[in-house]
Amino acid sequence: MKFSFTSEQEEFRSILRRFLEGKSPTKEVRRLMETDGGWDRDAWKKINQEIGLTAVAIPEAYGGQGFGCSELCIVLEEAGRTVLCAPLFASTFAAYTILDAGDEAQKKALLPGIASGETVATVASTEESGNWDPESVRMTATAAGGGYKLDGVKSFVIDGHTADLIVVLARTAQGLSLFTVRGDAAGLQRKLLKTIDTTRKLAKLTFTAVDATPLGPVGGAAAPFARTLTRAAVCLANEMVGVAEKLRESALDYAKMRMQFGRPIASFQSMKHKQADMLVDVEMAKSAAYYAAAAVDDGDSDLPAIASLAKASASDAVLQTAIHTIQIHGGIGFTWDNDSHLWFKRAKSSEVMLGDAAYHRELMMRRWAA
Amino acid sequence: MTEINEASVRAEVRAWLETNWNPALGLVEWRNKLCDSGWGAPHWPKEWYGRDLPVGLVPVVDEEFARIGAVGVAKAGIRTLAAATILAHGSTLHKEKFLRRILTGEDTWCQLFSEPGSGSDLAGAVTRADLKGNKWVINGQKVWNTSAHKAHWGLLLARSDWDARKHKGLTYFIIDMKQPGVQVHPLKQMNGHASFNQVFFTDAIVEPEFMIENTGDGWTVATTTLMHERRGADGMRSLASGGGRQGRIYEEEKAEIATTMEPYKWYPQRAGRVDLVMGRARETGAIDDPVVRQEIAKLLIMSKSAEWTARRARTAQEQGRPQGPEGSLGKLIASHVARAAARVHTSITGAASLLSGEDGPLNGTIAEILISVPACSIAGGTDEIQRNIISERVLKMPKEPSVDAEKPFRDVPRNITSAAS
Repeated sequence: MKFSFTSEQEEFRSILRRFLEGKSPTKEVRRLMETDGGWDRDAWKKINQEIGLTAVAIPEAYGGQGFGCSELCIVLEEAGRTVLCAPLFASTFAAYTILDAGDEAQKKALLPGIASGETVATVASTEESGNWDPESVRMTATAAGGGYKLDGVKSFVIDGHTADLIVVLARTAQGLSLFTVRGDAAGLQRKLLKTIDTTRKLAKLTFTAVDATPLGPVGGAAAPFARTLTRAAVCLANEMVGVAEKLRESALDYAKMRMQFGRPIASFQSMKHKQADMLVDVEMAKSAAYYAAAAVDDGDSDLPAIASLAKASASDAVLQTAIHTIQIHGGIGFTWDNDSHLWFKRAKSSEVMLGDAAYHRELMMRRWAA
Repeated sequence: MTEINEASVRAEVRAWLETNWNPALGLVEWRNKLCDSGWGAPHWPKEWYGRDLPVGLVPVVDEEFARIGAVGVAKAGIRTLAAATILAHGSTLHKEKFLRRILTGEDTWCQLFSEPGSGSDLAGAVTRADLKGNKWVINGQKVWNTSAHKAHWGLLLARSDWDARKHKGLTYFIIDMKQPGVQVHPLKQMNGHASFNQVFFTDAIVEPEFMIENTGDGWTVATTTLMHERRGADGMRSLASGGGRQGRIYEEEKAEIATTMEPYKWYPQRAGRVDLVMGRARETGAIDDPVVRQEIAKLLIMSKSAEWTARRARTAQEQGRPQGPEGSLGKLIASHVARAAARVHTSITGAASLLSGEDGPLNGTIAEILISVPACSIAGGTDEIQRNIISERVLKMPKEPSVDAEKPFRDVPRNITSAAS
């Protein structure tokens, strides 16, 4: 399998980098993270009109651009670099869920809005237990009239308080099932959670007899949603290596500029060796993330293990890089005014989101040790 | 002149091999034919046993040799570094005297750079070269010299001027290893193998015409040798040509390779033997221990990522794009993998990690891993030197202020070493 980027992909990356650096300077990040919504609906629509972000990996038949996971991961990596405050990951996660689980009519109905940025979507799977394993889901869906009613609590839902469309995993008599619910549905109570990382908002959603529409066959969600989680882990890993690389670069720039004892601190071997180690961490995690994205596009049968490998690698690398970056900045790095903490907090939240390194190492071992 | 391309080269080498290849010939006899025709080292200059073929077309020639099972020139060992250095810097006399016998494999070579007092700081060499009458007289000690006990010739870096700056006082020589002033002793390593030697010089003689370039140029010439050493680090995977074919020439080649590769037989263990981990974890039951599982997973993630990082670098190169930083990290990453592998093997093996040889697991292979891995982060440039290289060349971080490079070498503080330990 080849997994080096083509010159077209590199060109796409450089266009995106310029574009996102223009759209998401830290001033804008700081503005949006202080709002309850966490992102700007008009700006998000405009971004999608100008360049199309969620559209990248949605097939053309459903209003998307029809590229692969590798291209989508370039988008996410670049978004990670700028800690873009936008419902990009949430909508991507939801779009993959609909693609994996939905029937043709549902894909036709739901995906074009997500592709254009008109509809902001998210996935509500994990509950207050904080268990990322879908098997842990307790929320119930009961048949009522012609449809279903949802009861229970979902938590750690990314952009859950602002999403227009929520894909919900719940339990029926037939087994795990997926449903779609409108963000403003009656009986749905949405609460913004206080979080470490305010650049990506999380919500708690309480469902009380909320009307829900099945997505795909009732009782048949386990297999398609497992596929979705695999791809979501690959996407998040790629976003994380963007965060990690930006952290590493900012630490390097600072070390070259900062003078102590009459010389740039970058000339001290303790700094040089740390930076070399940071480069190794980030490049290794990048290799794994890129390989995993290529494995999605190749339909590699070992993908679940590779995806967990990439997420575990990214979790360790991004957090370690963030810790080093604050350390290299010294006192200024611990201040609110310095931008390092924006990336540090995104690193921390991504480390844990969808399962931390130990969780994914165990998933990988279950595949490889079997 | 006709254009040289893949098809023309393939046709030409194929025709030549069909006429000339004869497995009944002796190894040296056949290789002399390769020297005369230029097909043994086709990327070398025409006047020196080559055909001036672009390096990119050499694999075509190799493919044709492999297709017919033809034996090539001697490629394994330090002799390739000698050839590269002589081609780049040697005089006509050096080329005439040495290149053919390097290709035929008649001469073997060793490298005489490292010293007990200068490992990472190779340019701090203190082996003396003094011009007495019209001969160079060499005194001092070298170390880590692979195959020096068998070598006919040595590539020697020695200090000829103590008043010059560190890098400017060195001179590069070709030294005859078979003389009374050169004593070679095996160097036993902590893992019990003796893959290297220590070489002692007591008034050893170098004829003036065996100096490469001029006095004071030693560091520049050594840089060429070192560059080829790094590039050829995986050239140690030298395989026999026969592919199971029978015949005298194949036997001779096999014997040559066995001799050259003998010092490297523990190298797979030095790299950690990640390939053994899952099998060992299953057979010992450690696979079911959640703590060990996590450690195994960390190792596999590291080792897979290392493989993919190398592949990223290679693909970029193949596509004619500049390598990113991923191309410079392999050596350091390999150390991390080896160390992690040794830890994991220990966790898996438990108390049996204490046992070696036929009492130890896998007939001592696990023990050999545990006591060979420390070499990985030292040999061929320590991890610390690798980090310096990465930070300075890739990340463009400033060098540390130098305290030794600008003053006469005789004023530089250095280790006190006894030449005969």
